[in-house]
Amino acid sequence: MSQAIQFDPIRLPDAAEDLRSEVRAFLAENSDHLDRPSRRGFDHEFSRKVAAKGWIGLTWPKEYGGQERSFLERYVITEEFLVARAPSQVYFTADRQSGPVILKYGDEALKRDVLPRIIAGECTFAIGMSEPDSGSDLFAAKARAERTNEGWRLNGTKVWTTAAHEADYMIGLFRTSPPTKENRRHGLTQFLVDMKKPGINVRPIFWPNGDHDFNEVVFEDVDMPANHLLGEEDNAWAQATAELAYERSGPERFLETIAVLIELVNLVGPSPDSRAAEGLGRLVAQLFTMRRMSISVAGMLAAGKEPVLEASIVKDLGTVWMQKLPGICRDLGSLIDNDPAARSRFEMALTSNLLIAPKLTIQGGTTEILRGIIARGLGLR
Amino acid sequence: MSEMTDIIVDTTRKIFEDLGDPQTIINAKDEAWRDSLWQALDEGGLTRAWASEAAGGAALSVADTFEIIRVAGAHAVALPLVPHLLAVWLLDRANIALPEGIMTVSSASNGAAVSIDAEGRVSGRLSAVAFAEHAQFLAVLADGTAGPTAALVALDNVGIEPGVDAAGDSFDTVTLNAVPAISAAAVDLEHDELELLGAAMAAMAVAGAFEGALKMCVSYSQDRIAFGRPIAKFQAVQHLLARLAEETAAVVAAAASAAFALEQANRPSAAFVDIASAKIRAGEAVNEGGLIAHQVHGAIGFTADHPLHRYVQRMWAWRDQFGREAQWAERLGRHFAAQGGDAFWKTITAA
Repeated sequence: MSQAIQFDPIRLPDAAEDLRSEVRAFLAENSDHLDRPSRRGFDHEFSRKVAAKGWIGLTWPKEYGGQERSFLERYVITEEFLVARAPSQVYFTADRQSGPVILKYGDEALKRDVLPRIIAGECTFAIGMSEPDSGSDLFAAKARAERTNEGWRLNGTKVWTTAAHEADYMIGLFRTSPPTKENRRHGLTQFLVDMKKPGINVRPIFWPNGDHDFNEVVFEDVDMPANHLLGEEDNAWAQATAELAYERSGPERFLETIAVLIELVNLVGPSPDSRAAEGLGRLVAQLFTMRRMSISVAGMLAAGKEPVLEASIVKDLGTVWMQKLPGICRDLGSLIDNDPAARSRFEMALTSNLLIAPKLTIQGGTTEILRGIIARGLGLR
Repeated sequence: MSEMTDIIVDTTRKIFEDLGDPQTIINAKDEAWRDSLWQALDEGGLTRAWASEAAGGAALSVADTFEIIRVAGAHAVALPLVPHLLAVWLLDRANIALPEGIMTVSSASNGAAVSIDAEGRVSGRLSAVAFAEHAQFLAVLADGTAGPTAALVALDNVGIEPGVDAAGDSFDTVTLNAVPAISAAAVDLEHDELELLGAAMAAMAVAGAFEGALKMCVSYSQDRIAFGRPIAKFQAVQHLLARLAEETAAVVAAAASAAFALEQANRPSAAFVDIASAKIRAGEAVNEGGLIAHQVHGAIGFTADHPLHRYVQRMWAWRDQFGREAQWAERLGRHFAAQGGDAFWKTITAA
């Protein structure tokens, strides 16, 4: 084996557990913002309240308005918000990955301009990777950036872009050179795109129930200043892979459908029959192990390691599990007949989670791509 | 991992590589390998790993002792190391001197009761006792007049009905009819705590077997040529092995977490959620993991001549020890149901 797989037993530090109590108190005070029909929703008032607590950009340097607190403390906020179904979509992407990319690759002017606005809960980011003819094959991207006298001009189309209709910025992957014979991943560059610029057309792609997360984004001669190029020209592939461990191992990779499990517990009541108890116990064991693995990766990241392989394992196990969860809960709940109110809440959670289940193993790296990465880690490629 | 842990792991691995190689054992004509392997482990102090120094042990931590079990699991050898180490733990906790020789243990689960009377005589019918036929002593947690009592009995003149586990290894029924204990002492343990610790150890043994099987599978897939190239180059095979690696990772992580929880908790019942989860997760992983290991090997592997079957069969056997998934899942499910849906997440994060 070319790489050993390592999951150190790591527990959240006391500081993170202290923060958990604070987070729960905050969520209790703001319960009127939680669990609204549209799953996460753009709740600007809620975002400003979160910002006022200092919980956006928690790990970032103080000179840009961050708190320089640990990645494990951020983990606690993320998981508590997910379970409470807090409407964090205004800032979630910016906080998780766009801000860190700007911190790492942006010039000073960009950092001073953008990061404080993210931290204030007033800046929404989208990620521009997939295109109509390229998804998992990221390096087949065709949307292009051409040099102009003042900077860059963008043309092309991105698709499945979550939150583009609300976004202030997109961090997008654009072709700046053709791929080379030696490296087909060569030639792509990351740009910070101001979504308010002329020439950008955002078209909604609706869920079957009318909800709106996804978009198609068309760029027609969109001009960007030179300093909006992030990192190295033509080398975005190396930058992108380094970020993946952060994107793939977080609690959002196994908690998205947790509502249906919680409603199942309410449905089966305090003294379930053997079948329900045994089924519930198996789900708890899976969830509990996933969380231990995810925290282990978070701890390794916080310690400066690069658990890229482990993060892929967490995402594949977690997303496949949470995708199956509504169906398993449906089976376990079908033979329970007690409280009509609990039944009604369970069925609602079931319906909404069945709807989102198919996308869970696609977004952020498909099952097939992840297993390819793991196979590479095993030395098979 | 500490430097100490590295030394322990290296020592254990060396012993198993020298004397416990699965292919050598399969080819062996008799059972002599078992004595020499056990003797080497004994001389290395590994059979008393976590006993206190006063008891002649090495006073290793729970985590370090679990690393020994993990390495043993990775060699998939039919050896009473898990029950012996559990017996050592029980006796040491009760301040009972450790005997010279191999011990096994009964957690007296599955409703079987074992009792000890005021004269120190032990009675009970104990099923699922691993390697009773190979052991000289049996340690039990019996119901005594003053509560839970650890007792050590000799197995020389005791009725043993031989049985086999899923690997075809000794898994016996022991009947004790007022057998005088060699020694006995009341011990501060709840009745299911011995089974809890045993379940965590069995999960770690499964984890080791997964690591061994994964290694064999990866290496075989790189060597075996079919359709003009190593089968490791086929995407279908790569994805099978990726799944096996994922299940391996999950079992190792769960078992290591249970060991960590035990170390923090200082008594098994305080690590209930971690241990139950690890035992369930390990047992569930065996279903798909064992089949993948065989699928990757094709027809080679499930017959007696090839060592792979030992790994898969030992996974089956270890997951049967100290409670099956369904039994632990029912207990874990009841624990969470009793807290209710609103407290569900709090119960997860509190463990």
